[in-house]
Amino acid sequence: MSSSAASTKKFDGQAIKNFASSNAILLVLIGIVLFIGIYRPNFLSIDNLVNILRISSVRAIIALGVGGILIARGTDLSAGRTVGFAAVISASLAQRPDYASKLFPDLPQLAICWPILAALAVGLLVGLLNGSIVAFLNVPPFIATLGTMVMVYGAESLYVDRPPRGAQPLGGLTDEFTNIGTGGTGSWNWPVDIPFIILIAALLTFIIYIILNKTRLGKNIYAYGGNPDAAVVSGVCVWKNLLLVYAIGGLCYGLAGALLASRTGGATNNYGYGYELDAIAAAVIGGVSVWGGVGRVSGMIIGVLIFEVMNNGLVVLGVSAYWQQIVKGIIIVVAVAIDIQKYVKKR
Amino acid sequence: MSDIGNVVELRHISKSFPGVKALDDVSVNVRPGSVHALMGENGAGKSTLMKCLFGIYEPDEGEIMLAGKKVTFTGARQALDAGISMIHQELHPIPYRSVMDNIWLGRYPTRNFGLFKLVNSAKMYRDTKALFDGLEMDVDPKIWVRTLSVSKIQSMEIARSVSYNAKVIIMDEPTSSLTENEVEHLFKIIRKLRDEGRAIIYISHKMEEILEIADEVTIMRDGKVVGTYPSAELTTDLIIKRMVGRDLTNRFPPRENVPGEVIMRVENFTSANPQSFKDVSFELRKGEILGLGGLMGAQRTELVESIFGLRLVKSGKIWLNGQEVTIKNPIQAKAHKIALLTEERRTTGIFPILSVADNTLIANIRSYIGRFLLLDRKREARDVQRSVDTLMVKTPSPSTLIQNLSGGNQQKVIVARWLLTEPDILILDEPTRGIDVGAKYEIYSLIADLAKRGKSIIMISSEMPELLGMSDRIMVMCEGRATGILDGKTATQEKIMELATEFMS
Repeated sequence: MSSSAASTKKFDGQAIKNFASSNAILLVLIGIVLFIGIYRPNFLSIDNLVNILRISSVRAIIALGVGGILIARGTDLSAGRTVGFAAVISASLAQRPDYASKLFPDLPQLAICWPILAALAVGLLVGLLNGSIVAFLNVPPFIATLGTMVMVYGAESLYVDRPPRGAQPLGGLTDEFTNIGTGGTGSWNWPVDIPFIILIAALLTFIIYIILNKTRLGKNIYAYGGNPDAAVVSGVCVWKNLLLVYAIGGLCYGLAGALLASRTGGATNNYGYGYELDAIAAAVIGGVSVWGGVGRVSGMIIGVLIFEVMNNGLVVLGVSAYWQQIVKGIIIVVAVAIDIQKYVKKR
Repeated sequence: MSDIGNVVELRHISKSFPGVKALDDVSVNVRPGSVHALMGENGAGKSTLMKCLFGIYEPDEGEIMLAGKKVTFTGARQALDAGISMIHQELHPIPYRSVMDNIWLGRYPTRNFGLFKLVNSAKMYRDTKALFDGLEMDVDPKIWVRTLSVSKIQSMEIARSVSYNAKVIIMDEPTSSLTENEVEHLFKIIRKLRDEGRAIIYISHKMEEILEIADEVTIMRDGKVVGTYPSAELTTDLIIKRMVGRDLTNRFPPRENVPGEVIMRVENFTSANPQSFKDVSFELRKGEILGLGGLMGAQRTELVESIFGLRLVKSGKIWLNGQEVTIKNPIQAKAHKIALLTEERRTTGIFPILSVADNTLIANIRSYIGRFLLLDRKREARDVQRSVDTLMVKTPSPSTLIQNLSGGNQQKVIVARWLLTEPDILILDEPTRGIDVGAKYEIYSLIADLAKRGKSIIMISSEMPELLGMSDRIMVMCEGRATGILDGKTATQEKIMELATEFMS
């Protein structure tokens, strides 16, 4: 065995490992922001940064939901479609009474809580379904949520496609409803105008942080993800914890769906398509282990921000949309490759 | 039989797994305030019995009485709630969590916070500290378990089992990776628990430990109870005789191998992992059986897997037949005529849902490529049949799935697999682990025969009698270093233990 080759290999592994620590991920984010800012100073304008945060909000809420599931050795492919279903349902209940092409023509104007509660209910239902399939039928999460992903798309398309209207985009949402996604604290006469959607995402980040770090559920999820056998022999009720983590994930998607409809002022049955993969990628970039048991809320948020900064920055830099895809793909692979090193180097 | 005084009564317990009857009408009574040892060879059914008591397995037949009441556990939770705790043989730490998160898993203390219940970390920290102080242990409750040594993790598991305040504490091989001082410390804890009226069920292979700590000893063999005896009436010889069911003299086949010239020389082998082995040198002769002894965590598996190219090495040389060679992966190891039977037969040995034939051929499949790059099925079938015949593998047919064979026969198939690669050197990592007593003798005969035919064998074993009974020479390791090489004829258990604990304090 050539000793020098072996030792250099190991040294590199060590360096990469240190590099991958979560602080480094934050540095990467700052580095990318500064890099783009140097080439295009406009990128650093308050307006643009707030805009990035606004767009990141929905993505962050989805990533927080998926992140907890990843920590519990799961995954959730149904996240994106569930967001779409929730967006469609909330939009259908928030259309102006006088709007010409309403999904439910006779529906009076509802209080603003109903479209949001309906979106949350749909998310919760899908989450409970995922959790039940994983916990009780022992179907691998990848397959279980692949199945529900397909089902959810079918269900939401059926919901939207009502004769004689057909599967049209849902528009004409009330100002009250769209104000959640587009308005800010300025309308409350605050000195600074912080978009509501950012505040909501921040609040949810805090809640998920508390759940994962300060509750039994959170600690059990980390334990189960780190070593399922240990959780079982320690008397952890595994099915209950799995059910809850998928349910919380579902609630996040529901909320994200309502906010997405509100921010964009409408919804179609193609909303949320592919969001689950972006969310998983963002969580993994933020240091959530694909093997379960490891991951921090701060990492998930930073992962989302890196993704959205890249999305926005590459446009600002004038990189073609196709090249953007290639760059995003590279980021995902490199991040996971770094993550995996921690485990394979243990030999 | 049903004394009111027993805290645990296991009555006529039977449990079968596909292909094996692990427990056959087993009855054991345990008194409160006593240390009850369970002894038996690997595969005798001790761990299975304890898993039945702890609710991890459900017995097929029989009943469990706890403090005079019949109980049926369907999970660990119920057993823990009923006052039974357990140190598991396979340690179950959660690596990327803190020590205290591990200890209180499944029962985190909470405090109310408005509508919500949050985990009370401060209390958890205090309780862990108090627990460790009471046990005179020095571990930081907040550090990641991943950073602890195996012996510290085992100490943590001991503390955890005590923390449940249970009536019955099951300890399945709690000392497998402890140093002598730590064992003494554990015994102090056990005596204290016993004097508080708790019952301790203690599983161990170490005779001296059992005779020192146990009040009663139940000996098991092949899934049955041989008997329960007061430990004062027992001696090491008596235990072994009852465990094995025959005299020690014919536990091992006669060996007729004659070690010849040096075939492999390993020089200053040092792992790339700083916590693993360092500076190990040894020689292996043609037709020799070299035993490799040591406690758990001595890095023996890591050493042989590094020789086989499975793990990274920082420095060191291997010489084969006088020539220096480089082995970076198992493909090169195979090319140099080295074979390795891994320790974990189930995870890295067998392909459970493939047939006996496929399992036999898998390491050598290249040599069956015939015309049009297709496999030569006829030649394959012939070689499989020959392997099955010569190794006397008991299988209904070569197309039977290997998962349906007993452990001993699975092991023979894996030996057959590697023999087809025509190796000069066979490395066997715990070759008889989890194999019935009867089948062990067959594996031993096979090893002796291979050595006689000029194959060189390195055999890792954690069972002293096996090391002493099979090896021409025994190399002992402790904490990653080779502490000595003993002659197989003159070595004793004491000498091996001395070398195996040389660097431990």
